[in-house]
Amino acid sequence: AFGGVLCAFTLILIGVLAFSIRLFSVIKYESVIHEFDPYFNFRVTQFLSKNGIYEFWNWFDDRTWYPLGRVIGGTVYPGLTLTAGSIWWFVNALNIPLSVETVCVFTAPIFSAIASWATYLLTKEAKGTGAGLMAAAILAMVPSYISRSVAGSYDNEAVAIFALVFTFYLYVKTLNTGSLFYATLNALSYFYMVCSWGGYTFIINLIPMHVLLCIVTGRYSSRLYIAYAPLVILGTLLAALVPVVGFNAVLTSEHFASFLVFIILHVVAFVYYIKGLLTPRLFKMAMTLVITVGLAVCFAVVAILVALVASSPTKGWSGRSLSLLDPTYASKYIPIIASVSEHQPPTWPSYFMDINVLAFLVPAGIISCFLPLSDASSFMVLYLVTAVYFSGVMVRLMLVLAPAACILSGIALSSAFDVLTRSMKFQLSKLFDDGPAISGNGSPNGSSASTVNTSSSKNEKTEKSEAAPKEKQSKKNRRKDKEVTESVSVKPKKEKRLSVLPLEASIVSTLLLIALGGFYVVHCVWAAAEAYSAPSIVLTSRSREGLHVFDDFREAYAWLSHNTDVDDKVASWWDYGYQTTAMANRTVIVDNNTWNNTHIATVGTAMSSPEKAAWEIFDSLDVKYVLVVFGGLVGYPSDDINKFLWMVRIGGGEFPHIKEPDYLRDGQYRVDAQATPTMLNCLMYKLCYYRFVETDGKGFDRVRGYEIGKKHFKLTHFEEVFTTHHWMVRIYKLKPQKNRIRGKLKKLKSVSLPAY
Amino acid sequence: MAAPRVLLLLAAAALLAVSSVGDASGEGPRGRKLLVLVDDLAVRSSHSAFFGSLQARGLDLEFRLADDPKLSLHRYGQYLYDGLVLFAPSTPRFGGSVDQNAVLEFIDAGHDMILAADHSASDLIRGIATECGVDFDEDPEAMVIDHINYASSEVEGDHTLIAGDDLIQSDVILGSKKIEAPVLFRGIGHAANPSNSLVLKVLSASPSAYSANPEAKLASVPSLTGFLKSGVQKAGSKMSHDKAGNEQFVTETSKWVFHERGHLKAVNVKHHKVGETNEPSMYRINDDLEYSVEIYEWSGTSWKPYVADDVQIQFFMMSPYVLKNMSTDKTAVYSASFKVPDVYGVFQFKVEYQRLGYTGLSLAKQIPVRPYRHDEYERFITSAFPYYAASFSTMGAFFIFSVAYLYHK
Repeated sequence: AFGGVLCAFTLILIGVLAFSIRLFSVIKYESVIHEFDPYFNFRVTQFLSKNGIYEFWNWFDDRTWYPLGRVIGGTVYPGLTLTAGSIWWFVNALNIPLSVETVCVFTAPIFSAIASWATYLLTKEAKGTGAGLMAAAILAMVPSYISRSVAGSYDNEAVAIFALVFTFYLYVKTLNTGSLFYATLNALSYFYMVCSWGGYTFIINLIPMHVLLCIVTGRYSSRLYIAYAPLVILGTLLAALVPVVGFNAVLTSEHFASFLVFIILHVVAFVYYIKGLLTPRLFKMAMTLVITVGLAVCFAVVAILVALVASSPTKGWSGRSLSLLDPTYASKYIPIIASVSEHQPPTWPSYFMDINVLAFLVPAGIISCFLPLSDASSFMVLYLVTAVYFSGVMVRLMLVLAPAACILSGIALSSAFDVLTRSMKFQLSKLFDDGPAISGNGSPNGSSASTVNTSSSKNEKTEKSEAAPKEKQSKKNRRKDKEVTESVSVKPKKEKRLSVLPLEASIVSTLLLIALGGFYVVHCVWAAAEAYSAPSIVLTSRSREGLHVFDDFREAYAWLSHNTDVDDKVASWWDYGYQTTAMANRTVIVDNNTWNNTHIATVGTAMSSPEKAAWEIFDSLDVKYVLVVFGGLVGYPSDDINKFLWMVRIGGGEFPHIKEPDYLRDGQYRVDAQATPTMLNCLMYKLCYYRFVETDGKGFDRVRGYEIGKKHFKLTHFEEVFTTHHWMVRIYKLKPQKNRIRGKLKKLKSVSLPAY
Repeated sequence: MAAPRVLLLLAAAALLAVSSVGDASGEGPRGRKLLVLVDDLAVRSSHSAFFGSLQARGLDLEFRLADDPKLSLHRYGQYLYDGLVLFAPSTPRFGGSVDQNAVLEFIDAGHDMILAADHSASDLIRGIATECGVDFDEDPEAMVIDHINYASSEVEGDHTLIAGDDLIQSDVILGSKKIEAPVLFRGIGHAANPSNSLVLKVLSASPSAYSANPEAKLASVPSLTGFLKSGVQKAGSKMSHDKAGNEQFVTETSKWVFHERGHLKAVNVKHHKVGETNEPSMYRINDDLEYSVEIYEWSGTSWKPYVADDVQIQFFMMSPYVLKNMSTDKTAVYSASFKVPDVYGVFQFKVEYQRLGYTGLSLAKQIPVRPYRHDEYERFITSAFPYYAASFSTMGAFFIFSVAYLYHK
């Protein structure tokens, strides 16, 4: 009972920790929505809260993808929006007047707390309460997850990680209990995941893999059947209810694995059933019969599947899935997928940055999982292995790896503490056996814990002068670590006597592990505070004069919303589409929902064309304003000139008159004196560097680090209407068509010759 | 947008007209106040017939010397005049704040201008003409010579007084009364680039005309033979007229230039679903809709319904999905009804009406077209009845099976 209260209290603390560590962005910056996609989600949520769910479902948005428009209701994963909308509605029903924006900003931290509780439940199913608490504490502050769920990062992943972990929990729970109730809950949880994120395909492939693993290793049981069969049927039916998935739930090959395993599971179940009915000799005979028939059926099924896959438009695989299986696929064939930085394979440092010491703890966790291999722990191992593979393909899937790494690290740490504290206890009780004879098992345990407690509190006092929030976080966490060890140490009494380490070794290792945890906490807090809290619409830089704030994006969007007509169309590279519609409320040509490659290629072509051709393209799309992001003055590296190669590549992919080699000098994109004439005459160059030489007299680009190639030029078809304070956003207007066409002063004297 | 027109005349004066769509309702499309710049006030009396016809039509002329130091086209950001008549070919620069750019801005702001030039045309006048797409011969001594279509009154001369009758075929520009007599022209040659779509040649010289200095001797024999050849072909009788067509030509053209004719306006754009009257903010695919617009023409005194059978409506999204002639009921209302295509997106109702001599009509009205709502699809599809039957029978069978399994022991 006491352990339960302690456990609940710890969980609450973990939740508070998970929530509060994500508030750095609000404290250091302000309570705003971050980055790109969250702006779209925010706009959708606003629409939802204003117009209700049916209007949202049927929302045809005429402000993006002009002139095609976008059916938002049918192309968006509604989970996040509905969640935040419900929270907003609920809070307002309680007469707490929170704005939609506030709710959106804080949705991600709230769900991080819930996700860490879900992690607790999942790990508990596999390895007990201690490991669960440990894993929950680690997940609460793993940097990889923080990077996607700081306050303001209002994106699908914010709720999806919770849904992912919770679905896995319910699956493991069903597997352990064989309860149909949990199986039904599991399907519902899977439904929520499908609503929330395209990553649900990970679940619907991982669980079948695990089922297959169980079957192959001879672990088939009726619990497995209950855990899996309802999930496939109910889950697929429910998934098909989500408009954006619809018939894809049965048509695309990402889902085929689950159906195949479903069939296999039934075959296996049938075999077990027959086996129970027949005598061994008869069974052998039946086996041969069944195997021949079964093979025939399998061939038929495989043939049907192949036919289905071949008949579906993308050969059954969407580009993103293909790039998962073949990491080089996207960069070879789909520039639009390769152009997104989060679709690139990660570098090694990013593993250390994102999961830190967990990378070293995970192998220990795997070993610990194998010690008694259960259905649940084999699932953990499988989850980790697949997640590691996927994270190696795409940076953004590091997020899927994070919970797996946390769970296994939690298991590893918990087992380690388990062994260490047990041997300490054992040795101490041996020590004390000489003195106070029958003081019982409980007291030495308590005293050892209290000594550690006092020593750490001393530590705190000495370091209190710094009084940084970091310190507080780590303090909390350290205490939690101890609580974890305490609560774990309750258990092993029953198991007893595995291995006993010497007292000194176990004390030193415990301290080392605590120090390791401390480093992890310090790193996480640093990552949360410094690395992952920038909202990216507001930039800051520190220099000798102090803090500089670059608020150019909002300046530009505000200008657009105040100075242009409500139906004007603004063209920009697709990165800024969501922000323009959300912040400036203007129609855009392309946006971050990159569903129409041709349309994006049109904009890319316009940007890489000379002025007149670009004007004609934009005019045919009714564009009135062109927005470019330029970092050359302040040294903002992710500007349009750096993205330009993708515009050329994507544009050239659809319109062959744009040839990439025309823009390259010695295989490089350059805008200095060695740049090609095509480059120096393209619209993007001109719009970025128009009047740039007036700033310093030389035209020195601080991102590229050299002087630009063409410094003095005039625009004939565009006029500059607005440039922000730091020149980061520049807005141009298309000049209207001329009222008159200039004649050429050509000579008329075709016949007459001058007199001599 | 403005529908600019530049007209090139082979007359004693070159007339340039630029116009744009006006939006005055009861009033005419243009104000009546003109500024006439002359290099010598004597022009006022020497060209009194022309000015008289302008004034007789109610135009308010203000005569100023071209180098008047107090000259100004606008005051307090407002243009003082609605049109410009430049009868000052030789003036090297205008007085006051007026210069070439000021005149061009005046034109770009949608005003009209008549520009006269002769062989003494100054660089200023040439510059303005060039900006409007008309190039004068650079040789100041050169004149247009035509050895075939010259005015018969001067048989023995150097054939610099030519008779042109190659008029543009447009009642809007030249009036409904045909100009019978040839228009006599003596003066400087000018040309327009054929690729320039914004310049109209109202009166062109015959192909045998050329621009040269009549004093100079022609040395190029082959080209002369070319002329002789064409002369043989073109030889023929000429009707004699009491009076040259110049007066009628200039009067009618100036009416067109100052928007007394050929000015269209489109008002009252309406669209709605068939059977409704309110204008929706959005259509659904496959809706039936009606579109109507009223088009009027300025007759010089009032707005009259414009009647034509070739006004088309486009339902446009990057390309026209519907292109249909609109029917008119002679009361200026043009209407069409059609079905929205089975494609959603942001469409435009577009009327692009460009006809020779008329101001262009270019209407575009944005209207989104949405797909079906979730509850607008057919609820029960006949062809799906087997599936309904299958699912319900499965449910029933499962129920019976459960009962049998649970209670039959």
